[in-house]
Amino acid sequence: MDPATAKLIGAGLACTGLIGAGIGVGTIFGNYLNGALRNPSAADSQRIWMFVGAAMTELLGLLAFVVAMIILQ
Amino acid sequence: MHQFELTKKVPLELFGYDVSFTNSSLWMLIAVVAASAFLIMSMRGRSLVPTRFQSMAEVIYEFMAKTVRDVCGPEGMKYFPFVFTIFIFVFFANVLGIIPGSFTTTSHISVTFALALTVFVFVTLVGFKTQGVGYLKMFVPEGVPLLLLPLIVVIEVISYFMRPVSLSVRLFANMLAGHILLKVFAGFVIGLGLVGGWAPLAFMVGFTGFELGIAMLQAFIFALLTCIYLNDALHSHH
Repeated sequence: MDPATAKLIGAGLACTGLIGAGIGVGTIFGNYLNGALRNPSAADSQRIWMFVGAAMTELLGLLAFVVAMIILQ
Repeated sequence: MHQFELTKKVPLELFGYDVSFTNSSLWMLIAVVAASAFLIMSMRGRSLVPTRFQSMAEVIYEFMAKTVRDVCGPEGMKYFPFVFTIFIFVFFANVLGIIPGSFTTTSHISVTFALALTVFVFVTLVGFKTQGVGYLKMFVPEGVPLLLLPLIVVIEVISYFMRPVSLSVRLFANMLAGHILLKVFAGFVIGLGLVGGWAPLAFMVGFTGFELGIAMLQAFIFALLTCIYLNDALHSHH
């Protein structure tokens, strides 16, 4: 295989890491909403932790994206 | 890519280092000036019934103050100016970067890493100032079996030193990804021409709005994680 082709395929494969981050962030926001609708009075106090969790999860996906960008360079 | 390229506006050299005034510096300066102008001008009236701009500034201030108070407790309000400065700078840098033709300073890891390193060093100093040597207890969680302790301490130390990396990569990758996506879709608009180019153009308009949300959210998350690190430094409940 041509190295340039392999590079592009590799960058595409590296981006599959974002699938996991997508599922993770969706789970976090979905579960927050789920909990907030069951107990709206406790929702406000926990909103910050939802954002922290989303940020942590998102980072792992973004690392995959950064790897893809490094490969493409 | 063209929009991420640094160009020298005023070439300068100091002690053998290249300290040129680049377009990145220019947009950072614009962000600082815009933030200062916004906050100073909007709070000039100080009326009891706020004007439109004053209420905007008050909402942003109250929002960050509430976050710091919730996360760090009342002691943390001493460091509120630091958190608020970080927030407002990142916020303005992100939002100004969405303007077509502008330069997104936060899409460069050198800028975000410098910001994150400032936070990291500041928080470490605050930790040692308030807790003394006891701050090192943060690396030794309570209730861990003695056998596992060497492993846990190593992991805790590594995770502590990864903080500036994770903080900077998060902001930089978010900004970079959004702008690259817009760029890719802009390529589709040109490629499909007058016939089919309208669909990606419509998507781009919508996605720019989404990017605006991301810009605000990432500024908030940057400030929020600063608060959480500050909380670790101020309270020894580890």
